[in-house]
Amino acid sequence: MNRSDAMGDLAHRLARDLDAAFPDFVRALQDRVYSGVLRLTRRRGEAEEITQEAFVRAYRALERYPAEQVRSLALQPWLWTIALNLCRNRARSQSRRPTEVELRDHDDQAPDRTEDEAIAVSDDEWRRRLETLTEPVRAAVVLRHVVGLGYEEIAEILERPAGTVKSDVHRGITRLRTLLDEEGVRP
Amino acid sequence: MNQPLTTADVERSLAGLATSAPPHLADQVLVATGVADQVATVAGPIGPLRIVFGRRGVSACVPDAHWPDHLAHHVGRPVVEVDALPPRLAAQVERAFDTGKLGNLPVDLETLSDFQRTVLRKAAEIPPGEVRPYGWVAREIGKPGAVRAVGSALNKNPVPVLIPCHRVSRSDGHLGEYAYGPEMKRDLLAAEGLDPDVVETLADRRIRYVGSDTTGIYCHPTCRAARRITPPHRVEFRSESAAEDAGYRPCKVCRPAA
Repeated sequence: MNRSDAMGDLAHRLARDLDAAFPDFVRALQDRVYSGVLRLTRRRGEAEEITQEAFVRAYRALERYPAEQVRSLALQPWLWTIALNLCRNRARSQSRRPTEVELRDHDDQAPDRTEDEAIAVSDDEWRRRLETLTEPVRAAVVLRHVVGLGYEEIAEILERPAGTVKSDVHRGITRLRTLLDEEGVRP
Repeated sequence: MNQPLTTADVERSLAGLATSAPPHLADQVLVATGVADQVATVAGPIGPLRIVFGRRGVSACVPDAHWPDHLAHHVGRPVVEVDALPPRLAAQVERAFDTGKLGNLPVDLETLSDFQRTVLRKAAEIPPGEVRPYGWVAREIGKPGAVRAVGSALNKNPVPVLIPCHRVSRSDGHLGEYAYGPEMKRDLLAAEGLDPDVVETLADRRIRYVGSDTTGIYCHPTCRAARRITPPHRVEFRSESAAEDAGYRPCKVCRPAA
């Protein structure tokens, strides 16, 4: 079963028995949502909160929707519209609170603190690079290449024409390549 | 070899940013939505108990030694382990153990039938250290013919100990079976101050009721009123009709019925 068939099957199961199918829905999409949100927010803890909240909101919506509507949902783009809204709201509320101390979330169970530090440095570097892109371009690049969504799906999520999304992604990648080149990063 | 980066290199780097969600994220989502319940271990009256709880209250109570074997039977939802009960629930559970009564502890009996709920709510009224026969529960809920159904409803009690199905005896007065074995039933009653051997001995002698010749009232043998009767005034009966024929009236507290 390919990915979109699997999602269609999941939508049918969610329509039939929400509580029984919901754990599979979370497990199927949590890594992709978290990976994307992580590159669109400022901290790992924040990305975790937003991912969690996106799933909780999705559940509340699925509870309300008639079965017919749930069955026809394109689950992944739909979940992403919720997650992206949460990212935007978070960014807005942070721009109103200009100076926020950057607190690093340390996982107590992490075996190696230096590994943590390396991840944190890499997070910061990528955040700085991605923040040089405008919001729709950054979202398109992340959804296309970190999350792995198709242009049609991204177009639906961002409510922009697929052609525009495609050229945004192209422009974003070119910009990132220039940045990486300037930093002296080599393949 | 200072080759410049290609578009494909950048795309590969971005793809490499895909990572796993933090380990507890899914559990936290499932708990927040009420799709999953949580479970913590507490000290029960005769040993550790697993208390499973969700949005609507305690949904299962399982002796530690039987965890998780009996789980599927009791809870249809996935369960997430936590270190302790939330403080308010912990206090309510502790009070329930101390008093032998549910009190304001919320229990989730949502998945049960109306009949099962009614039976369990009735069983919850039996005071600690006392027992009533299945037939008493059946009559009290207005279904005197449903003695067997009462027995099977009690056997499916998702929250034993908290809802004291161990305080319901066979109609012949013997303590009888228990979902976690007859020994546990005896131990729970003993912890509440009732001597299980006394109950069994009376049942062996086919004594179902005791009365007081000073008040002319007859009771279930473990009724707190019956236990105040001093030996010289204590009269034993094998049936309601025997007591009625002797001119005794039923106790208003324990409402005797076999």
